[in-house]
Amino acid sequence: MKFALFIGCNIPARLQQYELSARAVLGNLNIDIIDIPEFNCCGYPMRNADFKAFVLLSARNLALAEKQGLNVMTLCQCCFGSLKKADHLLKGDASLQNEVNTILAKEGLMYMGNSEVTHFLSVLYNDIGLDSIKDMITNAFKDLNIATHYGCHALRPSDIMQFDNPATPVLFDQLVEITGAKSVDWALKLECCGAPLLGVNDELSMDLAEKKLADGKQAGADFFCTACSWCQLQFDTVQKMIIELRGMDGHLPSILFPQLLGLGMGIDQEALGIKMNDIDISGIESFLS
Amino acid sequence: MVFTLLLYTSLTVFILGMIYKIFTWFSRKIGISANDITTSERVFAAAKGITSTIFSLKIFVLLKVFILDVLLQKRILKENFLRWAMHMLIYGGFMLLLLMHALDTIITESFFSEYYSTLNPFLFLRDFFAIMVIVGLAIAVYRRFVLRVPRLHSNPMDYYVISILAIIMISGILLEGVKIASYTEFQNMVEDYAEADDEEETTALENLWVKEFGLVSPNVKEPFDQEIILQGQEVHEMNCAECHSSPKWAFTGYTTAKIYGPFALVLDRLGSVNFLWYIHILSCFFGLAYLPFSKMIHIFASQISLLTNAVMDNEKSSLANIATRQAIELDACTHCATCSLKCSVAIAFEKIGNFNILPSEKLQSLKAYVANKNIGEKQLKAIQEGVYLCTNCDRCTVVCPVGINLKDLWFSVREELIQKGHIEPLMLSPFSFYRGLNRQSIDSKEYLKPLIGAKKAIAAKCELMNKPEDIITLPPANKRFRDQVDLSSRSDTYSYCFSCENCTTVCPVVENYEKPQEELGLLPHQIMRSVGLGLRDMAFGSKMLWDCLTCYQCQENCPQSVKVTDILYELKNMAIKENVRVHSNS
Repeated sequence: MKFALFIGCNIPARLQQYELSARAVLGNLNIDIIDIPEFNCCGYPMRNADFKAFVLLSARNLALAEKQGLNVMTLCQCCFGSLKKADHLLKGDASLQNEVNTILAKEGLMYMGNSEVTHFLSVLYNDIGLDSIKDMITNAFKDLNIATHYGCHALRPSDIMQFDNPATPVLFDQLVEITGAKSVDWALKLECCGAPLLGVNDELSMDLAEKKLADGKQAGADFFCTACSWCQLQFDTVQKMIIELRGMDGHLPSILFPQLLGLGMGIDQEALGIKMNDIDISGIESFLS
Repeated sequence: MVFTLLLYTSLTVFILGMIYKIFTWFSRKIGISANDITTSERVFAAAKGITSTIFSLKIFVLLKVFILDVLLQKRILKENFLRWAMHMLIYGGFMLLLLMHALDTIITESFFSEYYSTLNPFLFLRDFFAIMVIVGLAIAVYRRFVLRVPRLHSNPMDYYVISILAIIMISGILLEGVKIASYTEFQNMVEDYAEADDEEETTALENLWVKEFGLVSPNVKEPFDQEIILQGQEVHEMNCAECHSSPKWAFTGYTTAKIYGPFALVLDRLGSVNFLWYIHILSCFFGLAYLPFSKMIHIFASQISLLTNAVMDNEKSSLANIATRQAIELDACTHCATCSLKCSVAIAFEKIGNFNILPSEKLQSLKAYVANKNIGEKQLKAIQEGVYLCTNCDRCTVVCPVGINLKDLWFSVREELIQKGHIEPLMLSPFSFYRGLNRQSIDSKEYLKPLIGAKKAIAAKCELMNKPEDIITLPPANKRFRDQVDLSSRSDTYSYCFSCENCTTVCPVVENYEKPQEELGLLPHQIMRSVGLGLRDMAFGSKMLWDCLTCYQCQENCPQSVKVTDILYELKNMAIKENVRVHSNS
């Protein structure tokens, strides 16, 4: 199995542990990762301001992958959502496609819609399968409670994303549970982390994050688990800021899914960037059997 | 005499220029943090920083960077072999020419007591180095004008640098060519160096030089008498060979002489040796005098940028030194466009058309801005949009061949610009995420101002929203506005809305407030109805629009399949575009 890995902008600059751990895990699972250094921003931050510029940014990535005959695997769910949305719009609008292709032609690229966009979690669940991953678990967790955070743009709009049932998703929970951890039920599981508004309305953004933290803790979770760069930054870097700015007591550290899975597979902490999180997650080792 | 006068004039201009440049490095202010630091504080901090670095283990880091990045230019090699080859040829060839040829009386003579510019290996090397530079320049021209690398833009300064180097090199070769062929030069040389006052010997020598060394003489023509040539050889060995290798070794000049062919005589009589000498010398001196004011200043500034960035740590270094480094970094930029080729949002330039989106062009604009902060509102707004339209992916900083810490430069300039009070609608998008993450490093009083300003500026244009007591007269439908809401797929679904309020009920933002109507203005279902009624002001003016998370809960839960989130996206697009337009006209 071969994918073009789309890491986006946040991960290489602020969340290298996501890339590190994902590569380590994918390597263990014998997935071929192709890097396309020409990839650019998925277009997500552009969506508020200029719809066509957003589509153009996305389309260029899709055209680059298409040129190499590859499907795209994203790590971030906002990249996932944006690329899929743009793909959907382009497929249904010939004149938009034309407009975009006129610009892409300047560098010998063309979007034709032959490259599929998928997310890291979907690849694990659909392409590799729970059983095969389970076989790789050497150090299962014990008595570990995880609050899975799906991320909005993977689930919704469901007609385009086709990730899982948007109201009662199970994909992420099942993936977490094969590591031996328990995925707890929590009320705000499917709500937004608040990251899209950080920098625009910090109070609101932090309110939403804080509510989710409280809810996760109340449900008995030891850790959040995410598979999106924005959600992770919100629950890690921004949580740390909330603690400093708002004096919130107690915290709920957040672990990236490939970090969790990697530990279960017996991959070295260093290779998973465990020490790179802002809020220390090294305590999770004590849950390993 | 003329030479000395020109040399000292250009050298004086160069030195004064460098003094001025260094003064600007310590006095020009970029970004918010530089504002309160005086020039003397910066000079003092630099002296302290340099001393403490030199007398620490960091000296080894400097040494390593100097060898790998400054001399061998590993960073360019990492990006692209052709570019590395191009720059090494130009810079290597030119430096060697400078040391061996231009400064021969100072450098070469002191190392080689037997030095004559006409003697090998110097004769050959001079041409070899020149060819290096010319091949390098040819690659530069090829990249910029033939290959047309996308997003590699050329500005007048780029043309100037290629031209001045080309003029210096080509005039040198043409000069060498006419000198090789010149009969006047030959006569002068014979007079000065040969002890052959016998006419017969001189003629023999002349025959030999015409046959073997490219001389074009009015007296001597083929066929040559073998005996005279042999005699000429003897005279040559006795008088010339000791200080003059065969001009064939000066392969570029010799080839040029051959190309002149019979015209060499005319050229010689017209005084072309003198003329070309002036061109060569004047172009060299002009290049020297203009160096501090051209992008060639990078030969100094880029080294400083590479070295300082290798040892400076933003957490620990003094703000004064960071301010100075950032001023130097502007001059370190060679406008090579590596950053723009790697920029994560560069392609957006094709749609938005603002050059300042491309980091390499943004930096050029910043140079102008820093030199004169009153560059006009339009230009300022364009730079501001360019600096804000950035995902802070840091790729530009990682790839910059001269090690400019672009990410810090952008951050610092971004703050300075938005705090000036010009409205930046892009602030109301996830482009602000990075600023939010770094809010603790921004003065808390200044942090919110530009955000509030942007929201207010958009709301100010929505009269209906601002005068809630006014009764909306029917039919108010702004049909044009309503029809515009159709950019993305099926967003015209707003007309299916029957106000069941599902969207509002599931909205986590609405849920967050006790009195959402007061906090947010209109709620999602009300915005949908406003669009349906064509009430532009109501749709744009509510705070809800900018507090939308785009989590798609509303859209997912709409029983009428109204694309609520997509419509909100579009309204934001329209409001931002309208605001940009209105603003740039004012």
